[in-house]
Amino acid sequence: MITAGIDMGSKTIKVVVLRNGRIIGKAMILAGFESQQAAEQAFATALEEAGITGEEVERTAATGAGRKYAPRTQQAISEVAGDARGVHKLYPNARTVIDVGAEEGRAIRCNEKGKVLDFALNEKCAAGAGAFTEAMSRALEVKIEDLGPMSLTSENAIPMNAQCAVFAESEVVSLLHQKTPKEDIARAVHDAIASRIVSLARKVGFEPEVVLIGGVAQNKGFVDSLQRALECQVMVPEDPEYIGAFGAALAATEG
Amino acid sequence: MVEYWRWREYRWHAQHKDWREGELVTAGVDVGSVSSQAVIVVDGELYAYSNMRTGSDSPESARKAMEWALEETGLTLDDIGFVVGTGYGRVNVPFSNKAITEIACHARGANYMYGPNVRTVLDMGGQDCKVIRCDDRGKVSAFVMNDKCAAGTGRGMEVFADLLALPIEEVGELSFQVEEEPPPVSCTCVIFAKSEATALLREGWPKNRVLAAYCSAMAHRVVTLLEQVGIEKEFAITGGIGKNIGVVRRLEDEIGVKALPAKLDTQIAGGLGGALFAQRLLKKKLAAAA
Repeated sequence: MITAGIDMGSKTIKVVVLRNGRIIGKAMILAGFESQQAAEQAFATALEEAGITGEEVERTAATGAGRKYAPRTQQAISEVAGDARGVHKLYPNARTVIDVGAEEGRAIRCNEKGKVLDFALNEKCAAGAGAFTEAMSRALEVKIEDLGPMSLTSENAIPMNAQCAVFAESEVVSLLHQKTPKEDIARAVHDAIASRIVSLARKVGFEPEVVLIGGVAQNKGFVDSLQRALECQVMVPEDPEYIGAFGAALAATEG
Repeated sequence: MVEYWRWREYRWHAQHKDWREGELVTAGVDVGSVSSQAVIVVDGELYAYSNMRTGSDSPESARKAMEWALEETGLTLDDIGFVVGTGYGRVNVPFSNKAITEIACHARGANYMYGPNVRTVLDMGGQDCKVIRCDDRGKVSAFVMNDKCAAGTGRGMEVFADLLALPIEEVGELSFQVEEEPPPVSCTCVIFAKSEATALLREGWPKNRVLAAYCSAMAHRVVTLLEQVGIEKEFAITGGIGKNIGVVRRLEDEIGVKALPAKLDTQIAGGLGGALFAQRLLKKKLAAAA
């Protein structure tokens, strides 16, 4: 059986195509201002990678903030459900899922069957989302993909006083003026966002195993800060930003 | 590149007055996170002030603001009997005799600026927003403050002025140049509101309409803070956003209470309060010495 999942995220759209529960194609594309068009494009790219046509896809499920605008879908599931579903398939022992996306952060606690027991969201404030690291990388004039490796070389934990991303930008600029090494600032940035995420994880009463997904999971500096703040190991799957779409595609398998 | 957020710096002094005829010359220096003011009073009457942007070095900003306030008055720092430092950088005013919190200073300053009937002072500053309850002498009885989040602060408005490429000093007026009042932007967070605004511009919204939507979101944000303390009349506004009628009028509409009209520059309230405290402290000092 061939199914697909579309994750209509606030910044990027992800599509995963499954054949009998295994990934045969995937694609990610910037949502831009025409998210439906972008979704169609991501869909076409994923189909191409899978080497199949659209007609061969039996069912498609959508998830993500813009899921009601997803094309070609027969069902929609919440991001929490999609995340839990996808993670449970890959990590049956996972009890806590942390998803840090571009504009949202969430912590989900689930049981041994992957059923969601509790969850907490931050969708109101950029301080606990990828938008925060993006703003800081701009202030530091460092590419976002370099921010993680850079912070890993820091040996100094310096505090960030600002929580708000707007204020943190000014703080980063004044730290630069004081000749604080960029590496240390990068680490402070990751420590700051990690502390926001930990407070979400505490709300749901996190327990191991902890799995981190979402685009920000690609940032090794953040993973390092998060592990330190949670005082436990955090697992990151390959392609962490696709897990929501993967979960949706799994849900489509069951209809 | 045009910096739309950049507001004009200025100074003022009472040209018809001669400080030499006065007895006590004191000053308050308010080093805020965005702007700094030095205010000089002669026998408790406003005499001179300056308002400029705070630089990366607080002591230097305090010094510059003071020098500029003194300019053209014939006064030197030595003529000033007592200096109170206030604001975010109050401990970094190198020539101050005492530091007093900006909460106390704003209440005291508002009492002078708006009279003894003021009970609620809303201070909308560059990086924070405070609601202060005070008595007829300007003494603080309660306050709440948001200094964690840029929503509802001058910094947030600067971000929008830059995004829309509109001069910060004009955004209040421009926000009323719309066919009808739009709904407020839905995101509280400035970073997210910026994305929302970008999407609205793409949809074809005129800039002024986006501005109106942001001003009313900002007003609403401040109202939630006001409600925590409650609005007891008379109500007065201090701080830089007090000059932005786009926010002020929408805020008044939402709470159904008019703010007292500003006769003096709303941004000097903290420094002025500091200078008035300085006058009292100088009197005490002189009395103790006598």
